[in-house]
Amino acid sequence: MTLMTILLVLLVLAGLWASMTTLLLRATIALALASAMLAVVMYTLGATIAAVLELSVCAGLISVVFVSVISLTQRKPFKDYVVRRASRLTRFWPLPLVLVAAGVALSFVHSPVQVALPVPGAEGDVRVVLWNLRQLDLFGQILILLAGVIGVLVLFKRESKDDN
Amino acid sequence: MTIDIPQSFWLYFAFFVLLLVDGAWCMLATYNLLRMLIGLEILMKSVTFFLIVAGYLGHRLALAQAMVITVIVIEVVVVVVAAGIILGFFRAHDSMNVRNTRNLKG
Repeated sequence: MTLMTILLVLLVLAGLWASMTTLLLRATIALALASAMLAVVMYTLGATIAAVLELSVCAGLISVVFVSVISLTQRKPFKDYVVRRASRLTRFWPLPLVLVAAGVALSFVHSPVQVALPVPGAEGDVRVVLWNLRQLDLFGQILILLAGVIGVLVLFKRESKDDN
Repeated sequence: MTIDIPQSFWLYFAFFVLLLVDGAWCMLATYNLLRMLIGLEILMKSVTFFLIVAGYLGHRLALAQAMVITVIVIEVVVVVVAAGIILGFFRAHDSMNVRNTRNLKG
């Protein structure tokens, strides 16, 4: 197991902790840890400037914003913690299993990848560039649109009893 | 004309998908607005990570870093504005439950 694999496992584990923990303060700390891990991964891949910005802004500034909002809004007594944790576990227990299953399934994917380079003269035509050469960008845009759809779905979700 | 991407792409892709599933689950399985923002952060981390990987494997790391810096700046703005909205919402409704957003007018 290489250093990069260990770092990526730690990154996913930090993200998993941020998702599953009951206390919002712990989730914020886990998110800062995930940012730090991502910064180390970026630095290892050679993206030093982006890594420094990720570490200072995402692990620092965003954590401060989250902690400020939590300190201004949290009024629930700590004795509710056990009840809320049990409620959360019923919704989040499949997540580690799903992640392990997805990881095992993805570890079998090894088909060769080829990326087309721009042919001379084709850069001027936006249709060729967008649809034939920059397919990875389109994939990213689809994912961002998916995140927007998820946000809209969450806003109009059905009612339930708790609000953890 | 094509270039061959090394097999390590699939390792990075697997962890990108895992982070993506994690963030999406965090957004879908909660009613707390602040926790949804944490889920959005995890989703953006996965996208940031994959942008850097795309630049690293495609030998265009400078371009990828420029895009990631833009993404981080936008991410901070989104988080700060969303946190302000959540705080205002909490002061108006004394709750961070997403179901109460139905009471908004306009």
